[in-house]
Amino acid sequence: MAGPASSTALRFDHVTVRFDEVTALDDVSLEIFEGESCVILGAAASGKTVLLKTALGLIRPDAGRVYVFGREITRLPEDELQRIRARIGMVFQEGGLFDSLTVEENVAYPLRYQPGARYAPEEVRRRVEEALRFVELEHTLEKFPSELSGGMRRRVGIARAVVTEPDLLLYDSPTAGLDPITAYTIMALILKERDTRRATTVVVTQRYQDGVWLSDFRYNPSNGRLELAAGDGEVGGAATRFVVFREGRLAFQGSRAELEGCADPYVAKFARR
Amino acid sequence: MLDLLKPPVLSVQEFFVLSGRAIRNVARRPHYVDDIILQMDTIGVGSLPIVVLTGFFSGAVMALQLTKALMTYGAVGKTGELVAITLVREMGPVLTALMVAGRNSSGMASEIGSMKVTEQIDAMRALGTDPTQKLVTPRLIATAIVLPLLTIIADFLGLVGGFMIAYFLLKMTPAQYWNSAWQALEYSDLFQGLIKPFAFAFVIALVGCHYGMQTTGGTQGVGRSTTRAMVVASVWIFVLDFFITRFFVGV
Ligand SMILES: Nc1ncnc2c1ncn2[C@@H]1O[C@H](COP(=O)(O)OP(=O)(O)O)[C@@H](O)[C@H]1O
Ligand SMILES: [Mg+2]
Repeated sequence: MAGPASSTALRFDHVTVRFDEVTALDDVSLEIFEGESCVILGAAASGKTVLLKTALGLIRPDAGRVYVFGREITRLPEDELQRIRARIGMVFQEGGLFDSLTVEENVAYPLRYQPGARYAPEEVRRRVEEALRFVELEHTLEKFPSELSGGMRRRVGIARAVVTEPDLLLYDSPTAGLDPITAYTIMALILKERDTRRATTVVVTQRYQDGVWLSDFRYNPSNGRLELAAGDGEVGGAATRFVVFREGRLAFQGSRAELEGCADPYVAKFARR
Repeated sequence: MLDLLKPPVLSVQEFFVLSGRAIRNVARRPHYVDDIILQMDTIGVGSLPIVVLTGFFSGAVMALQLTKALMTYGAVGKTGELVAITLVREMGPVLTALMVAGRNSSGMASEIGSMKVTEQIDAMRALGTDPTQKLVTPRLIATAIVLPLLTIIADFLGLVGGFMIAYFLLKMTPAQYWNSAWQALEYSDLFQGLIKPFAFAFVIALVGCHYGMQTTGGTQGVGRSTTRAMVVASVWIFVLDFFITRFFVGV
C-alpha cells in the first residue's frame, strides 16, 4: 500500500500558463502524493482543465516545472512524454470519446496505440470487456458514442482511462451536467477504481458533494455501494486534499476540515453542499 | 500595428510547422494504413460523381465556346486539339482541385475541428497517438494519390463532353476529333497536368487540416474553420496554378 508522503505522483513548481491575453495558471505550486486523492474546486474558467492538461504534458507551461512520478516533464520531447502518459489515465470533460469509433474501439485505443503496449487481439478484447464490465456497460461494445446518454459516455470514458491500469487518474468534471443519481453512479465508479487499485486520484469538480464522497467515503466491494469510512479524512491510509482555484491562482489548499473553516468568502462558497 | 499582424503571422507559422511535420511523417512509422484507405475512399469515391459531372460539362462547354471562334478562322477541325490542351493543362486539374477543395478541405476542417473542440485531439495525444501522424498525414497521402487519378478521370470525361459537341453539333467524325486531340498532347502537357493535382493535393489536405487543428470556440468555431479552409484552399490553388504554369511556359 502506498502510504502518504511516500513519493509525489504530481508536482507543480511555480507553474504559469498563458494564452494570448489570459493567464490560465498563475504561479501554481502543488504537490499530490502517491495514493492520495485530490479534489480540485473552482469557478468556471479558473484553470482547472488547464492544470490537468499541463500535468499530462498536453500544454507546455510558460514558466515553472512540472514533475510526474518524480520525473520532470516540462521539456520532454513528445515521444518520451507518451511513455509517461501511458501511466496516467485521463477522463476528459464530456468523456472525450472518438465519435468515429465504436465503444469497443474507443476503450481498446490505448491498448493498441500506447507505446510499449503490445497486446494480442484476444488480450485486448478481454481487457476491454473487463473494463466495460467495470463500468457496467458490457452490452454496448458495438455502439457508437452518439448512441449513448451523457452518463454512459462518461462511463465509457472511465473504462478507457482505467483499461491500462494507470497509477494516476485525472477526472475532468466527471459529474458536470448530470442528474444526482447518475452523478452518484460516476462517483461510485471513481471510488471503486481508487479503492480497489489504490490509484492516485485527482477529480476536478464544481460540486462539493463529490469532494465529500472522495474524502469521507469508500467503496464497499461486497454490496457495491459507497459507505462512510472509519476515521476522519483518511481513506485507506491516504488523505484527501482539497484545492480551490480562483482565476488561475491557488486560493486554498488543505484538508476538508480546513476548507470548511476557511474565512475567505470565495473559498467558503465551494465548501457548501 | 504589430498586434494586428501577429495572428496571421502566427497562423502562417503554425501552418508551416504542421506541414513540415505531416510531410516528415510520411517517411516515418507508424503508418496508419487503415486511415489512409478510409480517406482515399471518402476523397476519391466520394468526389467521383461531382468530378465526373463537372469534367464532362466543362469539356462540352469549352467545345461549344471554341466552335464560335474556330469557325471564324475556318478551323473547326481543331476542336479536339484545343479541348485536349486546355483540359489537360488547365481546366481538368484546377476544376477538379476546386471541387475537391470544396468538398474535402472543408470536410477535413470540420471533422478535425469538431474533434478539437470536443477534446478528441487532446484524448488522442493522451492515449499515445500523434494527431498529426494519425489525422493529417493519412489525409495528405490519400489526397496526393487520389487527386491526380480524379484529374485523369475529369480530363477524360471532358474530352468525351467535347466529343459529344463535335460529333452531334459539328458533325465531325470520331476519328477526326480523337486523332487531333491525341496528337495535340505532348509529354510536357501530361506532366504539367499531373504535377498540378499533386501540388494542389498538398494545399487541399494541409489547409483543411490546419484550419481544423486551429479551431477554437465550440461549434461556431467549427463553422468558421470550415468556410475559411474552403476559401483559402481555393485561392491558393489559383495562386499555385499561376506559378506552376509560369514555370512550364517559361521553359
Ligand atoms: N487552448 C486555449 N486557448 C486559449 N485559451 C484557453 C485555452 N484553454 C483554456 N483557455 C483559457 O484558460 C482559462 C482557464 O480555462 P479552463 O482551465 O478550461 O477552465 P476551467 O476551470 O473551467 O476548466 C479560461 O479563461 C480559458 O478561456
Ligand atoms: Mg474545464
